[in-house]
Amino acid sequence: MARSSNSQAPGGTTGSDGRAEWMGLLARASEAELEAAWRALVPDQPAMAYDVLRAPQQGLTMVRGRAGGDGQAFNLGEMTVTRCSVGLADGTVGHGYVAGRSARHAELAALFDALLQTDTWADRVMACVIAPLRASRAMARARTAAKTAATKVEFFTLVREQSADSE
Amino acid sequence: MYVAVKGGEKAIDNAHALLAEERRGDVGVPELTLDQIKQQMGLAVDRVMGEGSLYDPDLAALAIKQAQGDLVEAVFLLRAFRTTLPRLAVTTPVDTAAMTVRRRISATFKDLPGGQVLGPTYDYTHRLLDFALAAGAPAPPAPEGDPAVMADAMPRVTDILAYQDLIEPEAGDTDGEGKVADLTREPLAFPAGRDLRLQNLARADEGFLLALGYSTQRGYGRSHPFAGEIRMGEVAVEIVPEELGFAIEIGDITVTECQMINQFAGSATEPPQFTRGYGLMFGRSERKAMSMALVDRSLRARELGEEIEAPAQDEEFVLYHSDNVEAQGFVQHLKLPHYVDFQSELVLVRALRREAAARRSEAAE
Repeated sequence: MARSSNSQAPGGTTGSDGRAEWMGLLARASEAELEAAWRALVPDQPAMAYDVLRAPQQGLTMVRGRAGGDGQAFNLGEMTVTRCSVGLADGTVGHGYVAGRSARHAELAALFDALLQTDTWADRVMACVIAPLRASRAMARARTAAKTAATKVEFFTLVREQSADSE
Repeated sequence: MYVAVKGGEKAIDNAHALLAEERRGDVGVPELTLDQIKQQMGLAVDRVMGEGSLYDPDLAALAIKQAQGDLVEAVFLLRAFRTTLPRLAVTTPVDTAAMTVRRRISATFKDLPGGQVLGPTYDYTHRLLDFALAAGAPAPPAPEGDPAVMADAMPRVTDILAYQDLIEPEAGDTDGEGKVADLTREPLAFPAGRDLRLQNLARADEGFLLALGYSTQRGYGRSHPFAGEIRMGEVAVEIVPEELGFAIEIGDITVTECQMINQFAGSATEPPQFTRGYGLMFGRSERKAMSMALVDRSLRARELGEEIEAPAQDEEFVLYHSDNVEAQGFVQHLKLPHYVDFQSELVLVRALRREAAARRSEAAE
């Protein structure tokens, strides 16, 4: 039985039920990470049937910026993106959109997206796939932040005697 | 008379085989892997992605390997590959205020909120060759600070000035969100809007932009710039697929942003305000982001009512000559056979010389 992905987001326009977050984590994961997670989750692969509704397709997305950061939109340049859609036996449809050109990455992202919308699989995939991805991303960001923080400048103001008003 | 000439196929095949052998070099030396290029030649990868106008580190690394490190040739390879792919989406504009910052400096405010963060920079190095690298000495691990320091808000310097109304506000989208000029779809048209100009500059040749930016500093279209802020780091890339109807992130990209703050006298209706020049690039390229911001400001001469008298202010000159794929194509096309053209020139110059000789001998008689 498919759980409506819109159950907590009437109209389905915000993805606020966590779907946008898990799709973002699946897109940032590596193909190898998702492959390993998939094998661990469903050791008996053939038993888990799904249809590829839209075969993985490589393409481009035009990345936009804004003048001054917040002004007029302009086209900064393109990046590669691969998309794929799969359907589970119960009719649940999952989509994968991932940066880069890996067909398998997009397919696995779509598959996990579909499973996360079902009552049967949601909790397990959340615990075994999404939570570890979230944790490793947070760790990587913290490591980067720590190394960056060490390069923050601490200014010392030298106050000369008899010139209290100079900086 | 047009004479079709065939031949040279064998020579061309052999030339390409020779090129492949030269590219590989001494087979006693291990072959470069794409991972090595991506990891250890990262700034070259960034430049190729930026000027190739295609963000894909794997493809850029392959292009660099294939081009033997000739980055303009690698840019050409990336541009050619790009034409084989359909466009599936357009992103919502990246939010540089929400960047995961790895470097952020300001030359205008010492104590700005969020502070000055140097990040991985070549500034302050002595530019002395490091022979320890030649010996393959491993780099010591970089020190770590308190990651919480980076959680402080880092507002753009221009937002701080805008709050006090001291800098011109950015104009919003003039034609609505859907109408953004795209030079990959339509040829350049003049006068060019700022959207078209910024797209052109973002993929422009770094050397060309650097020289133009430098020329503005030396007085050819002076704009009195200050590096208000430069930041580098990762921004999320977000699209709204039709079948979903909500925004999802497809990954992160590294970008460098530069906000130049420039002088402006004001007018009868507007109080004196600083004006802006903007630079945004794929990857880490501060030199190019700064150059882009200088040239962007110069190209705003028309809208700011300034006299257009320097090359960097002339949008046709800048936009038509900034692309290194087009430029190298037209320069290098001179290598193609021009046998017939040249024959006609030969005939002409001989005729002119005969006439000149005849006139001289007439005058002598």
